[in-house]
Amino acid sequence: MYVLIAGAGKVGWNLARELIDKGHEVTLIEGNRDRYLTVDQELEHAVQYGDATELWVLERAGIQRADLVIAVTGDDEDNILICQVAKEKYLCERIVARVNNPRNYRWFKLLGILPAVSATDLILRLIEHEVPQYGLVHLLDLPENHLEIIELSVPEGAPIAGLRLDEVVLPDGSLIISILRSGGGFVPKAETVIEPGDAVLVVLDPGLEEEITGQFAATGARG
Amino acid sequence: MFVLIIGAGRVGSAVAKWSLAEGNEVSVLDEDPLSLERLNKDQQSSWEDAGGQFTVGTALETDALDAAGIAQADVVIASTDGDNTNLVVAQIAQRQYDVKKVIVRVLDPRRAEWYAEQGLETVCPTASAIDMLQSAVQAG
Repeated sequence: MYVLIAGAGKVGWNLARELIDKGHEVTLIEGNRDRYLTVDQELEHAVQYGDATELWVLERAGIQRADLVIAVTGDDEDNILICQVAKEKYLCERIVARVNNPRNYRWFKLLGILPAVSATDLILRLIEHEVPQYGLVHLLDLPENHLEIIELSVPEGAPIAGLRLDEVVLPDGSLIISILRSGGGFVPKAETVIEPGDAVLVVLDPGLEEEITGQFAATGARG
Repeated sequence: MFVLIIGAGRVGSAVAKWSLAEGNEVSVLDEDPLSLERLNKDQQSSWEDAGGQFTVGTALETDALDAAGIAQADVVIASTDGDNTNLVVAQIAQRQYDVKKVIVRVLDPRRAEWYAEQGLETVCPTASAIDMLQSAVQAG
């Protein structure tokens, strides 16, 4: 596979190194002269000097035959535009963009620059896994398919604790698909009773979490 | 008309002053608070006293765009000193806020041409300068 990477910062340089090790052909583009010279000592012909938002720089690097374009510069506007021309002008089938400021994620999405990966979000996701009292863990996010799966713990005193599954009222677009109890998991039936200490897996349309979490809050607790 | 100008350097601030003098409602968004001085310079009354609006913020911040009134804008001019910022904010104005007329300054001629084909109204000062220099040489 031929991979074009824009931005030879820590992310770009290490990505290039890993992909080359896996046997892929890689060209890395870096616009800062000093950084380019540093990276060039290791990667030699696999790194080129230039502004990856300029079309001739992308063409010199062979964007026409790239199987994958990865934009990981420190500038969100640059990453958006590099991926936009890769996809729409050079008809590259696969792109990956880095989001530096998570607030800009909506603009990546608006302009169809997906997948867009944010380090902040990845770390937040890990924190959710590592800090169980948080109560809610995202297990799977498929925003393009309007689907996500979350894990919710059922504390003592939560409104949902003690209810039979067919008594639980969740918003349209959400469904309890599994219950984790005493180290095992099972698919519940209508008459299954949800017990304190359980964890519940819910499949839902993104954005419904807030309507659901209230039923999993311990008595007196909020949010 | 409500005109929103994003980026008040030499070009943006001159267009802003002209636009206000033409009797439009004009809002300027710039990341540098000092840009307000450029708008006040050589004017009888200050920019804000003359009815102009000024917001400090960067082009991709939703809060700044909202405060500058992008939802009401009839015209948006993207004239920061960065082509990439201009091209992104122009597309945001079109697609997120449905602004009818969006004009974007792009210094790089090839990208100005390609984005024009994609439906953006681009103005390329570099291409204009090349044309003018060639005509001047030809005229002897």
